Amino acid sequence: MKLAFILAYKNLIGAGLRTWLNVGILAFAFILIIFYNGLLDGWNQQARLDTINWEIGYGELRTDNYDPFDPFSIQDAHKAYKSEEFPMLTPILIRQASIYPHGRMISIALKGIPVDQSQLKLPTSFLTSEKETIPAIIGKRMADAAKLKEGEEVLLRWRDKNGTFDAMNITIVKIFDSNVGNIDASQIWISLEQLQTMTGLKEEATYLVANEGYSHEKISGWTFVSQETLLQNINDIIASKKISGSVMYLMLLAIALLAIFDTQVLSVFRRQKEIGTYVAMGMTPGQVVVLFTMEGSMYSFLAMLVGGLVGIPIFTYLAMNGISFPDVTQDMGVTMASRIFPVFGVQLILGTMVLVIVSATIVSFLPAKKIAYMNPVEALKGKLQ
Amino acid sequence: MKNQLIIACLLPIWTFQVKAQDAKTILERVDKNMVSKTEITESEMVIRGKRNVQTIGSKSYTEGNQKSFTEYLYPERERGTKMLKLGDRLWIYSPSTDRTIQLSGHMLRQSVMGSDLSYEDMMEDRKLSEIYEGKVQGEETLSGRKVWILELIASVEDVSYYKRMIWIDQERYIPLQEELFAKSGQLLKRTVMSEIEQIEGRWYPKKINFKDVLKGGEGTDFILKKVQFNPTIPDYIFTKASLKK
Repeated sequence: MKLAFILAYKNLIGAGLRTWLNVGILAFAFILIIFYNGLLDGWNQQARLDTINWEIGYGELRTDNYDPFDPFSIQDAHKAYKSEEFPMLTPILIRQASIYPHGRMISIALKGIPVDQSQLKLPTSFLTSEKETIPAIIGKRMADAAKLKEGEEVLLRWRDKNGTFDAMNITIVKIFDSNVGNIDASQIWISLEQLQTMTGLKEEATYLVANEGYSHEKISGWTFVSQETLLQNINDIIASKKISGSVMYLMLLAIALLAIFDTQVLSVFRRQKEIGTYVAMGMTPGQVVVLFTMEGSMYSFLAMLVGGLVGIPIFTYLAMNGISFPDVTQDMGVTMASRIFPVFGVQLILGTMVLVIVSATIVSFLPAKKIAYMNPVEALKGKLQ
Repeated sequence: MKNQLIIACLLPIWTFQVKAQDAKTILERVDKNMVSKTEITESEMVIRGKRNVQTIGSKSYTEGNQKSFTEYLYPERERGTKMLKLGDRLWIYSPSTDRTIQLSGHMLRQSVMGSDLSYEDMMEDRKLSEIYEGKVQGEETLSGRKVWILELIASVEDVSYYKRMIWIDQERYIPLQEELFAKSGQLLKRTVMSEIEQIEGRWYPKKINFKDVLKGGEGTDFILKKVQFNPTIPDYIFTKASLKK
């Protein structure tokens, strides 16, 4: 084996440019696979963390008739709760309303949340104000869409529980910046107590956000949706991205493997005398097959080496500084940080190495196995077989 | 459409039983002047957007304040769209999809064809006497006409507008303006009637401007082209089957 390894190495280095072209393209595929998957893993990790911290906590306890995907359900989606019965939960009440910034009408979801909550990262402590108007916090996207600034007042129109219109000015006391579009776009957050008073829905909530210590027991009229169910959307997006991305890098890998395969076919064809000599000198055909397969798979080892030399500095830089992305995806409701820090885990790197080595070895073996059926004498004479 | 707006604003005052006898008398006179058993109207709705002005023509059939049927005549995009109101239910037929949908819940709060009027504004068919208490607030001159100012305050909880103010022409017994208020006292919508003409012996506004005062713009105009009072309207008009005809 050691002899085969040394011979394979010498043969490859001796092949010069041909070897380095194969190694180059394989190394590029290797780097690309790790980069793309690392980027998706980084996105996934950040998106999950941000969603937990800003939106869903450790699950949601929803009123039975609340469907977040059906805005028409909001009108009736409220139910009385007793805070002492739900100490582990942060109540949130949603009502539909309109604001009139600069003479435009914008429909919004008006959300009430306890001022003193600490479960979600929303800066609710700003919701206490001595002013006559209602203090409100909004996200960056909402502020951009409505062209609102901190300290600005805007007229809010809503309906109470009986459907009667009411209107009052709100003051934007804080504009927060979150990667989670679901708690930002077309939404205004005010104090829960204030919203309950405004709408006449005392001690009522649309859903409650669970904290880490909450363990659910069936409660009539409420449905618990677990954290993992709520994160399923992100998982699905990432899984879909991984599949669509894999088409690109698997094609690149296939080209690299095809190059190795061609090289191997050519080697077996052109080096028949050499094969015959190996056998004449006492190597079994199996050992010659191992030698040629070793040569082929050594492309992948060299590709790892080159990929490591080129990739490690790049990956280290990207992992530390991240990659900037436009806000478009967040505006569409996809949770995505404006700067993603790729995560290059051991599992990802080892998995990619195994994939490249195994596939390179297989495509090297396929042409080389022909050697086992060669007539050594004919081979030594260099006759075509 | 225009008819429905007038009905939404004024027709229910027919049996208005306000605490102040004066207000009641005034509203009864207005009702006598404005309301007919059935009506057929042809009207235009002028919707002023930020970039363009859209004119939508329609023909409406109305019976009391419970039944109405409207067919949109132009522009081409809206032609053939029909709307049927029977009591508290509203259906819309769209010829492009050949579907009839019933509007309910929040859909009723949407704007009618992008105007300043919501479907819900057209749906209010309870008598004002059942849901408001009114009094004469005073008198003033509006558009050169002497008017009474009537203030109506909600006497029940489930009304859209807590307070209404109506300006009524003292000579012709016709409302010239109405304002709708939120609970906080914030003015929300204003309706202005103008181009008052005598038609078949009744004083009638040929133009109504309906404006959501919180929004920019000049509001939506309803312009009456033709009106027939108390014509005979076949019963089949007020059926769902007529939507697809």
